[in-house]
Amino acid sequence: MYALDFEQPVLDIEKQIERLESAPAAATLADELATLKATRDTLLRKTYASLTPWQTVRVARHPARPQTADYIDMMCRDFCQLHGDRRFGDDPAIITGLARIGPFKVMLVGHQKGRTTAERISCRFGCANPEGYRKALLKMRMAEKFKMPIVTLVDTPGAYPGIESEQRGQAEAIAVNLREMSRLRTPIVSIVIGEGGSGGALGIAVADKVAMMQYAWYSVISPEGCAAILWKEANETTNTKAATALALTADRNLTNGLIDSVITEPAGGAHRDPRAAASAMQHWIVEQLRELTRLDPDTLVRRRFEKFRAMGSTASRQLA
Amino acid sequence: MAERAAERTWDQVETLAPKKAVPEGLWTQCPECGESLFRKALEQNLHVCMKCDHHMRISARQRVEQLLDPGTFEPMNATMSPMDPLSFVDMKPYRERIAQAQRQTGENDGVQTGAGFIKGRKVVVAALDFTFLAGSMGSVVGEKVTRAIEHATDHAVPVIVVSCSGGARMQESGFSLMQMAKTSAALARLDDAGGLFISVLTDPTTGGVTASFAMLGDVIIAEPHALIGFAGPRVIRQTIRQELPEGFQTSEFLLAAGFIDRIVHRANLRSEISRFIDFSGT
Repeated sequence: MYALDFEQPVLDIEKQIERLESAPAAATLADELATLKATRDTLLRKTYASLTPWQTVRVARHPARPQTADYIDMMCRDFCQLHGDRRFGDDPAIITGLARIGPFKVMLVGHQKGRTTAERISCRFGCANPEGYRKALLKMRMAEKFKMPIVTLVDTPGAYPGIESEQRGQAEAIAVNLREMSRLRTPIVSIVIGEGGSGGALGIAVADKVAMMQYAWYSVISPEGCAAILWKEANETTNTKAATALALTADRNLTNGLIDSVITEPAGGAHRDPRAAASAMQHWIVEQLRELTRLDPDTLVRRRFEKFRAMGSTASRQLA
Repeated sequence: MAERAAERTWDQVETLAPKKAVPEGLWTQCPECGESLFRKALEQNLHVCMKCDHHMRISARQRVEQLLDPGTFEPMNATMSPMDPLSFVDMKPYRERIAQAQRQTGENDGVQTGAGFIKGRKVVVAALDFTFLAGSMGSVVGEKVTRAIEHATDHAVPVIVVSCSGGARMQESGFSLMQMAKTSAALARLDDAGGLFISVLTDPTTGGVTASFAMLGDVIIAEPHALIGFAGPRVIRQTIRQELPEGFQTSEFLLAAGFIDRIVHRANLRSEISRFIDFSGT
């Protein structure tokens, strides 16, 4: 398994556990095994309890971390993928489709990074093109028409910066999503499952309730991007500083009032127990939708507006 | 990957600004063609080079002065000043950067908003100020633009936003990101109320400003040869590892791609805006 440097001590213990378990006299080593497992659990909890923001970013990017397609498999029933923006093409970097989550029929929209090399390339590592954002909006409008709640899963380093994406109006596509999502007359919940990179993330995250998975990040720019500009160079030291300065962790975003909830991940992160992560997320979604589906559309849209309207209003002050 | 995907923010655009401040004096040089220009004449020509027609960057105050009927501008929320919600420190504390920008420009933050008249038509106007931290959008810019849009909505007056910005302001991180949602949501309400929004794009308009209100005009016009885009040219070049085509991300490029309605010479902005207002009947 791929290991982050700070996970290595835990993985070393796991190797020992494996060795003991496969040893011919495994039964006689039960005590030793139990001790090792307890040590492993403690170490894992301790490591994850004191992650720096930059380490959190690296957990959010862990190659084994569950992606939108994984959560769909684990959390949705009867998923029916819908393709294409009916304008230009189908962007695999954003998956959209009909799904059942608990008692709800929903429209699911989520960034997809891809697992295999071929997938990653076709998804551009989760960086969507304008047609991805337009596809998302088209399907969200359909959800509004049929009074289906919308669930979006955010996992992108940012919208794709390329010649064609500019030519096809990346900025316009995101801008229109921001405006339209703010007035869709159906409940919207969003979860940042991994990376929440800037406008590319927000482009599907103007929601009534926004949550972050415990080890996700969400910010106006990536730590490396910020370090390269403000510290003139992106390296381990400046990335660490930038990640802290940007207040990009779930906890800081919650404290700053920019998200509504943090969904606790299993010990050692979602990649260690994807099912537990999916189950926690599903629980949160169902809980939110129970509340939101009770509201009439006018109230819903007004509250959503007021929520975003208030952001940064206290951060700017009126002098004298 | 991530750093390449990052949106361009204000510091990156600094390199595009003229290296030296224009020296005070009777004469000044065109940063494009190098022609020596008589300052008074240049001002009268709206800071457009008399030789090569280059549209020079101007401050928000100059913009408002050029756009509105003389003496009609009534500023709104002029005293609103940035906070430092994250106590952000990079190589220099954000507070110091703000104080320095305030000293250099004499402004509180990077936008002028207010009410006034254009050829006798009542308007609300917001002009972003590149001279203040590269016109980057933090909470103050977002809040003032939002209030301007809301004022226009409440009073059924057209709103004109002149963009000139490197994008979101990194030092306010999530707060600046959310200004994109806030301003766009305010425009949804203006739209629902049948209000007119004219978006004017000037050099440069990039990042989070382009990806929010700047691209949401009922009418979107741009000054000639302005740099307009989502990602900055450097970020794109690093991502795709190839040279960018000639004229990429200019006003002319966006017109051909179908994302702006018209390119308008600075001298004609007032009359064109008046025309849109008359057509819309607002």
